[in-house]
Amino acid sequence: MGATMGEKILARASGRPQVKPGEYIWARVDGTAVIGARNLRARLRALGIERVWDPERVYVTEDHLAPPPSVDAANGAVEMRKFVKEFGITHFFEWGRHGILHELFPHHGYVSPGDFIASIDSHSTSYGCFNVASCPINEELPLVLATGEVWLRVPESVRFILTGRLPGPDQFVVGKDVILHIAGTYGTDVALYKSVEFVGPGVASISMAGRFSMANMGIEIGAKFAIFPCDEQTLDYLKGKMRREPRPVSPDPDAHYSATYTVDLTHLPPYVALPHDPGNSVPVVQVARERIKIDQAFIGSCTNGRMEDFRMAARILKGRQVHPDVRLICTPASQAIWKQCMEEGIWQVLAEAGALITSSTCGPCPGLHMGVLGDGEVCISSSNRNFQGRMGSPKAFVYLANPATVAASAVTGYITDPREFL
Amino acid sequence: MRFQGKVWKFGDNISTDLMMPGSKVLARPGISDKEAAQFCMEANRPGWAQQVTPGDIIIAGRNFGCGSSRPAARMLKALGIACVVADSVSRLFFRNSIHIGFPVLLCPGVSQAFEEGDVAEVDVESGRVRNLTRGVELQAEALPKDSPPYQILMAGGLDNYLKARLAQGRRAS
Repeated sequence: MGATMGEKILARASGRPQVKPGEYIWARVDGTAVIGARNLRARLRALGIERVWDPERVYVTEDHLAPPPSVDAANGAVEMRKFVKEFGITHFFEWGRHGILHELFPHHGYVSPGDFIASIDSHSTSYGCFNVASCPINEELPLVLATGEVWLRVPESVRFILTGRLPGPDQFVVGKDVILHIAGTYGTDVALYKSVEFVGPGVASISMAGRFSMANMGIEIGAKFAIFPCDEQTLDYLKGKMRREPRPVSPDPDAHYSATYTVDLTHLPPYVALPHDPGNSVPVVQVARERIKIDQAFIGSCTNGRMEDFRMAARILKGRQVHPDVRLICTPASQAIWKQCMEEGIWQVLAEAGALITSSTCGPCPGLHMGVLGDGEVCISSSNRNFQGRMGSPKAFVYLANPATVAASAVTGYITDPREFL
Repeated sequence: MRFQGKVWKFGDNISTDLMMPGSKVLARPGISDKEAAQFCMEANRPGWAQQVTPGDIIIAGRNFGCGSSRPAARMLKALGIACVVADSVSRLFFRNSIHIGFPVLLCPGVSQAFEEGDVAEVDVESGRVRNLTRGVELQAEALPKDSPPYQILMAGGLDNYLKARLAQGRRAS
């Protein structure tokens, strides 16, 4: 029987001719990451680990509290730098040259198509947009750092066949809307412990930024991997960035999927997830007439803090003002994006509209700094989770949407369908 | 590994943000597990962390531990929770739990078989879950004895397992 994309990559990484769902394997990783290494060095020392298996394959930065808002956070970064020096890590990104890991690292050769990655932070499913089998880890980081290996239970695969053509950023309907639609329609556990594979003729109509948002939020539907095929767009995006030759995989025609879902992209509208779950998603038009007032609008995070996102926001905000009762916080996913937004004049447009522009950080998305919510506040956010308490106060309300919807809502002061600004 | 304890019931989609709120815990990287655990479930069940007694058991619905990879299982362990049995569990939460030697069992239907305050008996190795209050018995998925997660759990967590493995100086396979 044929193999899915996930199975092919795991077979290679475990040195087996094939793998079967349900079996336990040891797989060799092509790369791993370290962020927020507050206790890591001490833990490695206690285990007698003095070297990482391959310093060239370990990427390090601090993105969650960047730069630190407290002495406690600063001390965490002090530990991180000691780890980098003592363990001879070469791929370390200091603030100013940093970004949120998932956006930053692929620009510096972290991944190539066909890779197997086990990487810290739940949104490590993101790299799946590059035809990579990438699963998030956390507690097992010392195992990966010491040996370059990780145990896995081979997941079943589920398939989303995408048909039609996504309207795209020009029409303010992007990858974010596809994944919110999927979470709302099929449930946030549709892919629990499974490899999700996005295939079909519709894939070509989704930009790399859109695929990134979808693979990124694969974790929000429970996925272990969220894998796209490799096409010309993938290779164009990674050209000149990769450190390893691509080894792209595609599913065999007789590959086994435990479930198959078909999503027609052509008439998809912008979506919004209502508090307090990414699966509470509905088309924005359904709630627009309720005129849900907002206090904060956030464009940023590893999900939607890219050029496509800020270009859409600038189109809406050009010549307009952020509503007097609203603050719009714009946080690029990396400093490279910050610089490009400056060069393209996007910051000029957003600043003139009254937006607050910050340096790159995970910041308010996990309720850490630079935009944490207070009691009773309502935020529309381009990030990935709206769990109760996620962005600060447990008494705050977070709505998830694409960056165009966030920008449109920032102008009107209530949750608004961005297509009103076309 | 067998536990008997009083049951706390939780519903579906209990996120790691609820167990380990970012603004209270992740914003303070130096905070101890014991201190951080005092904020566990503060948003959805204020005061719960202070009511837990060591040995209590959590019975939950679907997708327990969804969301962030933050080491939220450490919060439950620090409170003295003996184990979690849920209809289904997020992959990351399951792995994080096993790697700190904290048992989490997948047992579809378990949330229907318990009310809060019942007494549960959980045998981790066989996967047998009994409601001693109501005389109901269920079968959870038992980890294969030759699987890495079973061995890591029985070693008391990854650090013990890894220490032994590195001491033997051989590659696991």
